[in-house]
Amino acid sequence: MSSLIKFIQKAPWSARIGIIILVMNIAVAAFAPVISPYGETEITGDVWEEMSLTHPLGTDHLGRDLLTRMIYGARNTIALALTITFLSFTLGTLGGFLAATLGGWCDTLLSRMVDLVLSFPTLIFALMVLSVAGTSILSLICVIAVLDATRVFRLARAVAMDIAVMDFVEAGRLRGEKTGWIILREILPNALPPLVAEFGLRFCFVFLFIACLSFLGLGIQPPTADWGSMVKENAGAITFGIFTPLWPAAAIALITVGVNLIVDWFLNLASGLKE
Amino acid sequence: MPTGLLNGGGSLNMKDMTATILKRIGHSVITLFVISILIFIGVEALPGDLAESILGQNALPETVEAFRKELKLDLPPHVRYISWLGDFVQGDMGRSLSNHRPITDLIGWRLSNTLFLAAVAAMVAVPLAIILGILTALYRNTLFDRIVSMVSLSAISFPEFFIAYILIALLSVKLSLFPSIATMDGQMSLMDKLYTIVLPCLTLTMVVLAHMMRQTRAAIINVLATPYIEMALLKGVSRLRVVVVHAFPNALSPVINVVALNMAYLVAGVVIVEVVFVYPGLGQLLVDSVAKRDLPVVQASGLIFASVYIGLNLIADLLSIASNPRLRNPR
Amino acid sequence: MKNILNIKGLTIEGFNDNQWSTIVDGVDLTLARGEVLGLIGESGAGKSTIGLASMGYSRRGCRISSGSILFDGTELCQASDRVKQKIRGTRIAYVAQSAAASFNPAHRLIRQCTETRVRHGQLTAAQAEKEAIENYRRLLLPDPEGIGFRYPHQVSGGQLQRAMVAMAMACKPDIIVFDEPTTALDVTTQIEVLNAIKQITRHLGTAALYITHDLAVVSQLADRIMVLKNGRKVEENQTRKLLDTPGKSYTQKLLSVRSQRPIKKPVQLKQNVILEVNQVSAAYKKKELVLDTIDLTIRRGQTVALVGESGSGKSTLARAITGLLPPLSGEVIFQGNPLGASYRSRDRESLRKMQMIYQMPETALNPKQTIETAIGRPLSFYFGISGREKRKQVLEFLDRIELPASYINRYPGELSGGEKQRVCVARALAAKPELVICDEVTSALDNLVGEEILKLLQNLQNDLGVSYLFITHDLATVRAIADEVVVMLKGKIVEKGPRNKILNSPGHDYTKRLLNSVPKMNPDWLDDLLEKRKNTRSKKAA
Repeated sequence: MSSLIKFIQKAPWSARIGIIILVMNIAVAAFAPVISPYGETEITGDVWEEMSLTHPLGTDHLGRDLLTRMIYGARNTIALALTITFLSFTLGTLGGFLAATLGGWCDTLLSRMVDLVLSFPTLIFALMVLSVAGTSILSLICVIAVLDATRVFRLARAVAMDIAVMDFVEAGRLRGEKTGWIILREILPNALPPLVAEFGLRFCFVFLFIACLSFLGLGIQPPTADWGSMVKENAGAITFGIFTPLWPAAAIALITVGVNLIVDWFLNLASGLKE
Repeated sequence: MPTGLLNGGGSLNMKDMTATILKRIGHSVITLFVISILIFIGVEALPGDLAESILGQNALPETVEAFRKELKLDLPPHVRYISWLGDFVQGDMGRSLSNHRPITDLIGWRLSNTLFLAAVAAMVAVPLAIILGILTALYRNTLFDRIVSMVSLSAISFPEFFIAYILIALLSVKLSLFPSIATMDGQMSLMDKLYTIVLPCLTLTMVVLAHMMRQTRAAIINVLATPYIEMALLKGVSRLRVVVVHAFPNALSPVINVVALNMAYLVAGVVIVEVVFVYPGLGQLLVDSVAKRDLPVVQASGLIFASVYIGLNLIADLLSIASNPRLRNPR
Repeated sequence: MKNILNIKGLTIEGFNDNQWSTIVDGVDLTLARGEVLGLIGESGAGKSTIGLASMGYSRRGCRISSGSILFDGTELCQASDRVKQKIRGTRIAYVAQSAAASFNPAHRLIRQCTETRVRHGQLTAAQAEKEAIENYRRLLLPDPEGIGFRYPHQVSGGQLQRAMVAMAMACKPDIIVFDEPTTALDVTTQIEVLNAIKQITRHLGTAALYITHDLAVVSQLADRIMVLKNGRKVEENQTRKLLDTPGKSYTQKLLSVRSQRPIKKPVQLKQNVILEVNQVSAAYKKKELVLDTIDLTIRRGQTVALVGESGSGKSTLARAITGLLPPLSGEVIFQGNPLGASYRSRDRESLRKMQMIYQMPETALNPKQTIETAIGRPLSFYFGISGREKRKQVLEFLDRIELPASYINRYPGELSGGEKQRVCVARALAAKPELVICDEVTSALDNLVGEEILKLLQNLQNDLGVSYLFITHDLATVRAIADEVVVMLKGKIVEKGPRNKILNSPGHDYTKRLLNSVPKMNPDWLDDLLEKRKNTRSKKAA
């Protein structure tokens, strides 16, 4: 724990801002029922009320408290994004490492499939699958996780390939070590730094992607609070000069900026670039 | 090695080059073909009967039967696939399920609108991204570089609609400079059209610009770190000439790759931007059809998006091959 | 005589780990017109940094913090970019270590060679081209009219290096800085480049700074030699004086690296055979053979040196023996038993008996494993030793390879190159092998460090009786360690036999050429050699 603090103390100011943003968001998400003034779907006022003491950020298109919706939105969106990122990461890393160490037909098959998915704009792909599978949370998770796993696969495979040709891996093979040892003990520890950075990037991507789909009305469905759909629902307000939709949009922007700042720091550390 | 051998090798490798290009084109055609099959199967794989699921459980059996006929659902899948693809290539995309209009009519001018918007955005974003990328690479670690980097990092972190709404709030609502809704009709002059799409175009430009600029900067820095650039400096070549004559030809190929990679952001961005600004384009149509589960329209517009995207990537790859000095002048 | 270059108190700092540290520390240097000064030192001596500084240039992350660099009356430390730009390329030129990386891949050679001449407005493009072709001819490049119109990747390494010398002399500069121009080349190619450099320094009267780690090479060219260590001057003297009477012990050490050590134990022919390579041929991806029917025998306690230049197939042979590249035909017999073609089909015992040490200690050790894990893994893997016993044995091995016991918990990143290579030696020996394949184990290390590794390997062989297959391109290493020598050329063995026979009376033409291409610590060696070759050529012509 103390080493973690020391590690963070060495971080540049930009990364520290990122860490603060991330910690705050996670805290808000974790304690949502405790800190939010009203219930998630409770109608407490008029449509699009201005900021006031009772409604610090005003109300939304149905007269619900915007701050409450924002807090619950953090909870729902972050939880969903994390789930999907973990899923896609496990899938992609496993596939990538297997392809790199086993090679042969396993590598060819997986790589071809991934190439095919990547030769198609992700958003269009997701839209088409959702049109067929319907817009449930489960299909949302599956579609984004699989699509995202293809990118993780590419990176994991490339990183593992780079390490797999190193002499120390060859020495392990010549010693007679099994594939499991080679992957877990020789390759994985060395692949970790770029993969950790990639996790952050993937999280951002997934987060934005969910927000996008929700904004298009194809992601998380009402009345569940979610930042992307909140922008969509309140979009009409902007033409009246009411900036309600900007709040959730800004929240999305803030958390992705925060994560990106941390990722940048990690990438710099991993590449040994000290400027 | 005598020159004769070199020339011989050159012409021999010209063939290799042609082979590489043909291979790349073949690859695109096959990808497109497989994707068309996937799009078709995707709809097939829908649980239950398509006609029933669309018309609802209470529909009369005759209606369902007539509907099945209209969708040619009574024929075996491979026959339907071939006739679907054949019709598609000839410009007949079938009829929409929701309003029974020919899809070709629906898509036609919307496609031209989307291409217009994307093309204008690309024409602004690509040169600007390359110039900014070069400048930040040249003056890296200066205040200018840091500010541009910070702004572009934010821009790639922002969802497209956030940028769009900020622009609307500022330029449309506060300053009343541009319209916040981009309605188009066939009679508008080019200038009117351009004026109408200023905000969508600006949004799209910012999204693509940020990604492209960051990657261009990285590509140029890579080239600037090579020993031959140091050699050029040690030969007393001026800074400008180092960049233009020594770095640029070698950076061209990676930069074209960057541009190609970022076409994906342009395609995704166009869908969102069209929805925000209620722009009558293909993306808007696709999103609407997905919500209505109007599958023939989804199939058709999906395939069009795929073709355009794969086509753009193909062009970029061919340019990249053509601009790589090693590939252009083989051993 | 007035000095063309006068450097005083030059101090250069580099930015590392968030702080500035000194790379070059108060070096004084003078260079008279037409004089060649050799800068010699091992890695980290700061010699390249000084070379670049003499052109008023410092790499990104470095800065000239104090001192003065006076070039023909111009102070380069304070000079504006414009002034420096005017001097560079025209009055001081630079020849880089890797011509392949330093030529721009997008332009033809001749365009790059004439660039300075044309850009500084001295000649028209056509005139400059004519002159460049003349220079190619002077440097004995093949096809001087045509070679310039090729792209860099279409020309071989040695020729590119000479083309770069031609580029440097285009403007007839006062000084040329040569930065390790032959280090990346094979010895037989090196001769041609050295000859080219000698041509221009002697006949054009160009002054030069010649930077290298190889004392024998620099003594062929330099009038004066300056020895550097860790950014400081150790000593400086006329070449012959320095070679005959080195003043400092560091110089003496550098000198002794190349000299032959006393002949080792007599060759024991009657020892039983450990490894037999029988008619082995191998190829990558079904293309032409990289190994062509190779026969090789290694006996117990012996060191067989496998010598060849790049592309000769010597490393491929190691891969075929270890089973990383299964041979197309032929077999590998270990202690009388044929081994499986691929390492996958070999049992643990035969894998254990054959161990390997690699060229790059940086990539041969897993950076995320401690030294204890690295050395201890063979112990637990082959012998099931674990816990305290394993730690005890690892400590014994550390003692054997002359590293302190405290290193046991360190990671490879905390060790120097030489120390890492020692750990690799220990890891190989922990398996208690019969045969160790050493693939260029000293070539990534500084001479002095490599020398220590060789000594260590020799001592261990004396104690343990293991056999070595020693793959190297360096004949000095062969002289130092081999009992038997095998010479390879283009995938074939051209000659093999006891060391003294091969080195003293070689039978094959290639072996002869290889042997007499190795620079000697004698300033007249290159001249004598070139004279001799000229004579034989004219005899042949007659």
